[in-house]
Amino acid sequence: MAADKTAYLGRSVERLEDPPLVTGAARFVADISFPGQLHMRVVRSSYAHGEIISIDTSEARLMPGVVAVWTAEDIADIGPVDFRADRAAEGLKPYRQPVLAKGRVRYVGDPVAAVFAEDPYLAEDAAESVVIEVEELPVIVSADDPPGEFAAGRGTEAAVMHHSYGDIDAAFANAERVIALDLRTGRHSGVPMETRGAIGRYDAAKDMLELHGAAKVPHRNQETLVRMLGRDPSRVHVHECHVGGGFGVRGELYPEDILVLVAAMRLGRPVKWIEDRQEHLMCANQGREQHHLARVAVDAEGRILGIDDEFFHDQGGYVRTHGSNVANRTMCTITGPYRVPAFRAVCHFRLTNKTPCATYRAPGRYESTFVRERLMDAIATELGIDPIEVRKRNLIAADEMPYTIAFDEPHVSDMVLDSGDYAGLLDKAAAAFGWEALRVELDRRRADGELVGAGIGMFVEEGGRGPTDGARIAVDANGDVEVITGGASLGQGFETTMAQICAEALGVDYRRVRVIHGHTDLIPYGIGAHATRATVMTGSAVNVAALMVREIAIDAAAEMLQTPADELDINDGTVVRRDGPTGPSVTLGEIARRLAPGAAGPGQGDPGQGNPGLAAEGFFTTKDTVFPYGVHLAVVRIDRGTGQVAVERFMVAYDVGRAVNPMMIEGQLVGGCIQGLGGALYEEFVYDEEGQPMAVTLADYLVPSLREAPDIEVLITEDAPSPLNPLGLKSAGEGGINGVGAAIAGAIGDAIGDPGAVRRLPLTPGRVRDLLRQADAASPGTP
Amino acid sequence: MNGKHDITLTINGQAYAIRVEARRTLADVIREECGQTGTHLGCEHGVCGTCTVIVDGAPVRSCLMFAVQCDGAKIRTVEGLADGEEPHPLQRAFMEHHALQCGFCTPGFLMLAVGVLEREPDIGDEDLLDILSSNLCRCTGYANIVKAVRAAAAQMRRR
Ligand code: FES
Ligand code: FES
Repeated sequence: MAADKTAYLGRSVERLEDPPLVTGAARFVADISFPGQLHMRVVRSSYAHGEIISIDTSEARLMPGVVAVWTAEDIADIGPVDFRADRAAEGLKPYRQPVLAKGRVRYVGDPVAAVFAEDPYLAEDAAESVVIEVEELPVIVSADDPPGEFAAGRGTEAAVMHHSYGDIDAAFANAERVIALDLRTGRHSGVPMETRGAIGRYDAAKDMLELHGAAKVPHRNQETLVRMLGRDPSRVHVHECHVGGGFGVRGELYPEDILVLVAAMRLGRPVKWIEDRQEHLMCANQGREQHHLARVAVDAEGRILGIDDEFFHDQGGYVRTHGSNVANRTMCTITGPYRVPAFRAVCHFRLTNKTPCATYRAPGRYESTFVRERLMDAIATELGIDPIEVRKRNLIAADEMPYTIAFDEPHVSDMVLDSGDYAGLLDKAAAAFGWEALRVELDRRRADGELVGAGIGMFVEEGGRGPTDGARIAVDANGDVEVITGGASLGQGFETTMAQICAEALGVDYRRVRVIHGHTDLIPYGIGAHATRATVMTGSAVNVAALMVREIAIDAAAEMLQTPADELDINDGTVVRRDGPTGPSVTLGEIARRLAPGAAGPGQGDPGQGNPGLAAEGFFTTKDTVFPYGVHLAVVRIDRGTGQVAVERFMVAYDVGRAVNPMMIEGQLVGGCIQGLGGALYEEFVYDEEGQPMAVTLADYLVPSLREAPDIEVLITEDAPSPLNPLGLKSAGEGGINGVGAAIAGAIGDAIGDPGAVRRLPLTPGRVRDLLRQADAASPGTP
Repeated sequence: MNGKHDITLTINGQAYAIRVEARRTLADVIREECGQTGTHLGCEHGVCGTCTVIVDGAPVRSCLMFAVQCDGAKIRTVEGLADGEEPHPLQRAFMEHHALQCGFCTPGFLMLAVGVLEREPDIGDEDLLDILSSNLCRCTGYANIVKAVRAAAAQMRRR
């Protein structure tokens, strides 16, 4: 590691977040209580689709401790949960979710009534006594089914979306070979260990409404609340507490967030809601469920001429805060790291009577990678080319960067792949994995009758989309540094990352940097922690602000020490001469005192003008996206009898541009990878034909335990720092999960001896047994 | 059915004399009546282990017990692990090995591991892995949790 003790970028330092988390001092939303608070319990639909005939709350209202019971009528003035400001999709607006169901229920778990009581047990008792009478309507459980009726005169196919470029018809007309695949990804979700929760609090004395809980996009959520509740922007604030995992799911606005806020105002007491696990598995955003009919046209050498994909996106009961973002990300990323001269994607964006869907880690991209890499494997098999070789023939070359993919549709932004040596990473990963020797070894083991195989998933991730983020940094009289950001933390080490960036730029110990995030009242802007923007956007802003503070400090010290500024440096919080650190020096704390408001500091003009102290506010603006990229390699062994899949080896190779804290990046990659293995092998939200969810406990929705978590080999590279920000940052949050489904699918196909066999995730033992039976039927005589 | 019972729970050496309904879970009472919110609830049906505490020397899932069952019991939670300012070897190891991200599962893993290592300091690695596989973590992928527990176990044995 760097010998310079003020070099903090690139060091695996311990996290600043940890001490309160290991001692029980952390404050998750359930740990926060306000005096006089009420507890909310939501009464939910047990039908997947139906007309509400009546809701009888009379008994509940009389039960002990119950303060109020609301149905849609009680909040008729509150509109549906709105899309975020940046997702103006007019055509989708009729599909937004009402805060409490109006007229119809559209999935099992749809909120119908809310009980407010003195105690959570009493609230639950009362909720059980609410009787909802529903006349059942036809249930749609699959986006493959013909569209039905969402509301009178409105169909369940909310949109048909197109992305295209190039001459796709010519590509297929000229193809040497056309390969078509029918592919499905199962319904999964982030399933953080902490369920959702929210506390609404209204301070009448200050006319201030507060939402306490998770907030992956605090300022966007605030804007939405301002619109929905008709309040002044300065009178609704979002306060983030500790959050037990986000994964795209936590921190979005849901009906329950709106309910606690409205109730806090109308009932005049703080209102707390903590979700139980069953509710979480029925109501929090799910994702991934798509059915693709994909075709690829190739020339005789396996070079791609065009990809044509029609797919069906299962959106569930309503369109939530993201609009159609996941489907759009799928369409934008199908071509991934490959040169695809012509492209057409058509998405049928359909509502079904299941839990609504939105983003889950690597949204749309886990799905598109599965589709694309299945196509690549199919090309390799059809043309008898090695799977690595076929990928290499198609990868965008390093010298083609930046590489622009411009879509025909005017509303779809170009994808400008900023930098990358895709083939270089594939080579490095294959070498580190011992791919050549491994193939030989696997051939031998297969000849001995074992069902073993290897697979590849290659992908481009995206992150750090702009436009702007800022940070405010102030040094106090003690030399401690406060960084205020509009970022958010969902448990990924945001504070440590920002502290390291600040420490490096400013020249202080990172442990003296305190990072604030997730409080909209402390800073009026911020992009939050979605789409792995935090490291890139907020990190770059922190870097800018810290360099500004550094300059102010050096200028002040130059005057205090009577030394030219260019001869000074900041080392461990002290300004020293570059040539002789033993000479005269001044600490940042001393400089801060000198520059404090009212003090007669140097270079700060008239103290009467209001001296800002040793502080600065910096911004980073970009209109571009950064594209980290990765390779996943897997080796699996299948038990012929049970269909159980054992993952013998798995490698995540990922280019992060610049690793701020390699230990934390590795942690993200490994954690994401295991989550991806869950989605590839075990986890699935299954519904019966009536739309009843079958996975409503953690005993049915099978999150991997230690026993299902193989050791993950990690190869982090920094070959392609982003040219789009000064530190070269990309991001790491989603690189562990993106290619897992693809790599596991390829490995299982390879093990079975039919590389194209896998058409569907997750590969539960039952499905793997079916694949084995099919393979046996296709080639009788094999064991 | 909603009659209340007078019970005394001793949590981390401190006695709490409280009056609770029979149906209140130990987890809820530790968190709400006794204010020790370091013990978390991830599922409330005995699957995830985030609510693990030590009752009379044995790790248990506090969501699956009623508080009245613990009248007079000695309970240890994550708040009682450190010795003043000095973190417990397991707490230290979790920080050193980056065995937590969001940290929500951490108290449960710590109490599970402490409970086991105190009772069976020489536990074999396979048995240790078996026990650790009874709690869930969604962030770390487990590898660093295993590293941390192994390191702390070695250190606790040396003591
Ligand atoms: S909360 Fe007790 S086991 Fe999950
Ligand atoms: S660290 Fe987040 S669940 Fe374990």
